[in-house]
Amino acid sequence: MSQLRRRQRESESTTVKDAEYTASLPIRSRVGIGQWVTYVLGAYLILVLVQFFVFNENWKWETIFSYLFSKVIIEGLLNTISLTVLTTVFGLVIGVFTAWCRLSPYIVLRTAAVLYIWVMRAMPPLVMLLVVFFFGALVPTLNLGIPFVFSIAEVPTNQVISRFSAAVIGLAIYLGAYSAEIFRGGVLSLPSGQFEACRSLGITPVRAYQKILGPQLIRVITPSLANEVITIFKNTSLVSVIGYAELLTTVQTIYARNFETIPLLMVAVIWYLVLTSIAMFGQSRLEKRFGRGFARRKVAPKTGEIPTASGSLTGAEK
Amino acid sequence: MTTEETAPLLQLVQVSKHFGDLRAVDDVSLEINQGTVTCIVGPSGSGKSTLLRTVNMLESIDGGAIFFDGEMIGHQVRDGHRIPVSASVARRQTLNFGMVFQHFNLFPNYTALENVTIAPMLVKGVKRKVAEETGARVLAQVGLGDRRDHYPNELSGGQQQRVAIARALAMEPKLLLFDEPTSALDPELVNEVLAVMRGLAEEGATMLIVTHEMRFAEDVADEVIMMDAGRIIERGAPRDVIHNPTAARAQKFFASVGIS
Repeated sequence: MSQLRRRQRESESTTVKDAEYTASLPIRSRVGIGQWVTYVLGAYLILVLVQFFVFNENWKWETIFSYLFSKVIIEGLLNTISLTVLTTVFGLVIGVFTAWCRLSPYIVLRTAAVLYIWVMRAMPPLVMLLVVFFFGALVPTLNLGIPFVFSIAEVPTNQVISRFSAAVIGLAIYLGAYSAEIFRGGVLSLPSGQFEACRSLGITPVRAYQKILGPQLIRVITPSLANEVITIFKNTSLVSVIGYAELLTTVQTIYARNFETIPLLMVAVIWYLVLTSIAMFGQSRLEKRFGRGFARRKVAPKTGEIPTASGSLTGAEK
Repeated sequence: MTTEETAPLLQLVQVSKHFGDLRAVDDVSLEINQGTVTCIVGPSGSGKSTLLRTVNMLESIDGGAIFFDGEMIGHQVRDGHRIPVSASVARRQTLNFGMVFQHFNLFPNYTALENVTIAPMLVKGVKRKVAEETGARVLAQVGLGDRRDHYPNELSGGQQQRVAIARALAMEPKLLLFDEPTSALDPELVNEVLAVMRGLAEEGATMLIVTHEMRFAEDVADEVIMMDAGRIIERGAPRDVIHNPTAARAQKFFASVGIS
């Protein structure tokens, strides 16, 4: 289309001869070229994926399905789940406590928290797991008491550290440091007016966090916290280095024997997808629950009319 | 005005508050009697809000003392010097005051009624049913009986501030503190909040109000205090302070806000 003809067409469509008629025309959304380009792209992507997944013999889908619900795999999966749940619980408790120390007015607590977070951030989780697992080599017996003076109780380190407990401890102190910073960020994100309102009403800090500040904080930190928890259950695969039989270790043991590497890795991937879906579902539930008062409600509350700018002045007007 | 026989409800004696080198509140003394309304006016940065916030311990003081009903607020005497009171004593003393903030500071995750009932339930152990009855009453008192199930973000600024006033009232404080309660409001919403405050004054509530609303101060206050650079430079009956100020700084200030 030449420049001239396009310009003619545009002036025709915007110059109004019959205003009333034009005003009566219905308004539709403008369908742009971008929309159609993405449709074509989408169709292409589907073709590629169909070729990749369906018309590719190497997947060996029947092998995948034969292992997906097999006893060993399910056992490994349950180990992954229990490891994740325990790690998350301990990790978040450590995280809350560390964040509390980090925000404390006492310098000893603050410094300790900073040191802990610093070391944990520096250390790769793999190294962390190995250090915990081989802790007995560093400290053969665990003592309760005052160093150099006396000890009340002694336990051989290797009695406390099993493959499972090493995995839980290693991952939990790792999650603790990371979630501590998330909790602290959440506290810093709350407007100072909220703290002042609680104080001026005489509400104790514990109650304030429990009932007023905590729920607001959870709303803010849920996305980052969900990220950390999902990272943790994928990090459980790292415990294969200390030989704990979680999902990935189980899968590796099997394909070391039968060389069905890709199908067995896919078995693990499918289960990780399922677990991630559950975690994300939990996340959206949390966000809904603690989002109250922040999103506009679709249904107006039952006792009142829709709020107006001026409001009602019953009884209060001079 | 001051009744000579009774002891003042609130008494500030040479109160000072520093932020580094800045003397935010500098040697301020004042008394407030039961049932009176006192308005503090002055240019921004003159220390009005800081002074108000020292009363309910949102700011600690660096000198002087604050007494409420004969009790020293925020400090206790021990071995010839003063130390801050424990957290639980501080909380008990805080309950003498009801604070209304410039930016409302309502709890966004609770409805209007819940905002009003939560402190009585958590702090005074009031049963939910009783708290809700009181809550409904104070919400009606501020003209929001029909908004009890609205969340703060579903209310206009003026309505939010009225909920904040109701929240303070629900704790049955002996002294109401207002920190520029209408400064964050659109002009057309200011009057609904002032009307509620006027109503409270007529019912005999004791109020200490930091405000820029000169007409309101003139109409409602028993005493107007003008502050500048952390000090009280003018005080007395509203008409005298606002229309015939003696200090040059006060004359300039009232001229700048359009009062001659």
